[in-house]
Amino acid sequence: MTDPLTPVLSDNWDTDRSWTLAAYEQLDGYGALDKALGQTQDDVIELVKSSGLRGRGGAGFPAGMKWGFIPQGDDKPHYLVVNADESEPGTCKDIPLMMASPHTLVEGVIISAYAIRANLAFIYVRGEVLHVVRRLQRAVQEAYLAGHLGKDIHGSGFDLDVIVHAGAGAYICGEETALLDSLEGRRGQPRLRPPFPAVAGLYACPTVINNVETIASVPCILANGADWFSSMGTDKSKGTTLYSLSGHVNRPGQYEAPLGITLRQLLDVAGGVRHGHELKFWTPGGSSTPLLTAEHLDVPLDYEGVGAAGSMLGTKALQIFDETTCVVRAVLRWTEFYKHESCGKCTPCREGTWWLAQTLTRLEQGQGTEADLETLVDLCDNIVGRSFCALADGAAAPITSSIQFFRDEYLEHLRVGDCPFDREASTLFAMAGASA
Amino acid sequence: MTDMETTAASRQQVDAGRELPAATLAELHEIAARYPDRRSALLPMLHLLQSVQGRVTAEGIETCAAMLDLSAAEVSGVATFYTMYKRRPVGDYHVGVCTNTLCAVMGGDLIFERLKGHLGVGNDETTDDGKVTLEHIECNAACDYAPVMMVNWEFFDNQTPESAAAVVDDLVAGNEVRATRGARVCTWREAERVLAGFPDDRADEGPSAGPASLAGLQLARERGWRAPQPDRGAADGDAVAADQASKGVREESDVAVDASPAGTRHQDKKRSRDAAAGTETSNGSSKEAGT
Repeated sequence: MTDPLTPVLSDNWDTDRSWTLAAYEQLDGYGALDKALGQTQDDVIELVKSSGLRGRGGAGFPAGMKWGFIPQGDDKPHYLVVNADESEPGTCKDIPLMMASPHTLVEGVIISAYAIRANLAFIYVRGEVLHVVRRLQRAVQEAYLAGHLGKDIHGSGFDLDVIVHAGAGAYICGEETALLDSLEGRRGQPRLRPPFPAVAGLYACPTVINNVETIASVPCILANGADWFSSMGTDKSKGTTLYSLSGHVNRPGQYEAPLGITLRQLLDVAGGVRHGHELKFWTPGGSSTPLLTAEHLDVPLDYEGVGAAGSMLGTKALQIFDETTCVVRAVLRWTEFYKHESCGKCTPCREGTWWLAQTLTRLEQGQGTEADLETLVDLCDNIVGRSFCALADGAAAPITSSIQFFRDEYLEHLRVGDCPFDREASTLFAMAGASA
Repeated sequence: MTDMETTAASRQQVDAGRELPAATLAELHEIAARYPDRRSALLPMLHLLQSVQGRVTAEGIETCAAMLDLSAAEVSGVATFYTMYKRRPVGDYHVGVCTNTLCAVMGGDLIFERLKGHLGVGNDETTDDGKVTLEHIECNAACDYAPVMMVNWEFFDNQTPESAAAVVDDLVAGNEVRATRGARVCTWREAERVLAGFPDDRADEGPSAGPASLAGLQLARERGWRAPQPDRGAADGDAVAADQASKGVREESDVAVDASPAGTRHQDKKRSRDAAAGTETSNGSSKEAGT
């Protein structure tokens, strides 16, 4: 029986100066790299395949299979691109990982690049996290000086260069093909697929794009074996992962656990919903995953379990809201976010998110009519699945799910002619006051 | 004329007659040279230009366009797409208050209101003395520290209207301000230079992690929870022998681990964790996180 929490990725975050090469190497850091370089590239891919590691950026695509799509024996350069553009509302796992242990990511990059036969890798990190950029730059520099990067790494004959590339503020660049356009110096707009990046990605060459946590999971798989990794988790969702609890919970933060833990178990270890209050709604994996409620407390938080409950595991960003939170206000704010972040390429998303925001604004102010709810649902129906990428699907998720679960609360706004909630009551300062 | 000669000649043409300092032009070329395709340099080049000029200027756009063989319209299209690029001058300190849903609900809206009144500016406006630019921002990936404020893209966690106003007062007064999880706050222009790929010397400042980042880890330490022990024998073939050899060495050193004072740093992670059982390690880290 596995323990409730299984710190592996986060295991060194409390060590002294954990971000430095010295601290990382003290804990066998870069030992997994030697193991990888002692095997063939195909063996490394096979190992990652059999570990069951799935993408931690939201979609859950099997990482080893993605690597296996890279054509071999072609004459084109291959590229590895790490998606460190963590921007999905509620998602806050990659940033602390890179802050505390950038070398875990860098070691994962080297192993992964070796496996897919890439000699150049990019870490595309959002620009709005200055200190994380610094830590990455330093880690890459240290890795070069120690011979973990550059020419003939560890005498293996394998060469790799890594470039830390800071973005400039655009949620859409977390979408992998938009990220590629951005990395090519363009506006970050998604590409039509196929061709998939594995065939024609960066500079139209075979490219693997993986989330930070996915790549950071690779060294422990090399070090401890595929069976060890897959001994954690559930039938189809293997391994340990970072769950991020935020909002109205007594001890918000990062909780690394095997896939499949439930919110009830996580709340239990995190001290529960803030004292004197009760759970109202939550997101399982960021704002783009349909809202769930207290009736979903026992849903296994793996890819299949959350899917069966009508939502998505996403980034495992569990945003917890208690009964002081107005769901209409919450959804309106997310909608304004999607409106702001829509890249404008696809008409249903570009126009649709503006109409959604306008309609929701009226409802939140207690104006509008009950028919506006049907208009919203109809709008969402016409937006979902009609764009190049999933941004618009994400925009619709909180709206349709909140109308499903909290229709009466929308109507209450209309009856009262205003928002019936006290904004102060939901704040952290109200929490501090209540517990003092 | 070879392609390279053409490029060099066109670079000289580009560089002549520009008012940007020669050092900046050299650094722009340096950025472009990092990438297999020079156009990939455009985002960091725009960051660098902001660090020199305080915003993206028409001149900066023209310079990038000429260097990368793009039209000014193409560069302008990029510069206006990303929210971190500013066409109006930014103050010494860019103060961003997260007002995405979770931070807004946790108090971000009230913090933003307070700062608007406190500074006498609206969204995306700069104080008359040029010190502070205020902006409401989207989710900055620190939700477990909500409500969050960013100063020049450094984290200020768990803010209140009062604490946020105090930080801003310190910035305006020219006092040294340290991020909750980060370094001493530099100027916005200095931050932009780091983002352009020219590191400063502050990577070693600040903690490894804040308290929320360590919440699960500390609990695991207290309760003795951990990932399963790897079955070394079952790990991949070639490495087994070497691994077992090193394991023998480790088991010897474990004796020393158990006997040495708590808090000593050890080679073997797993065993020292067993020994420490979350006492010294977690205490030490909470101290670090608290500073």
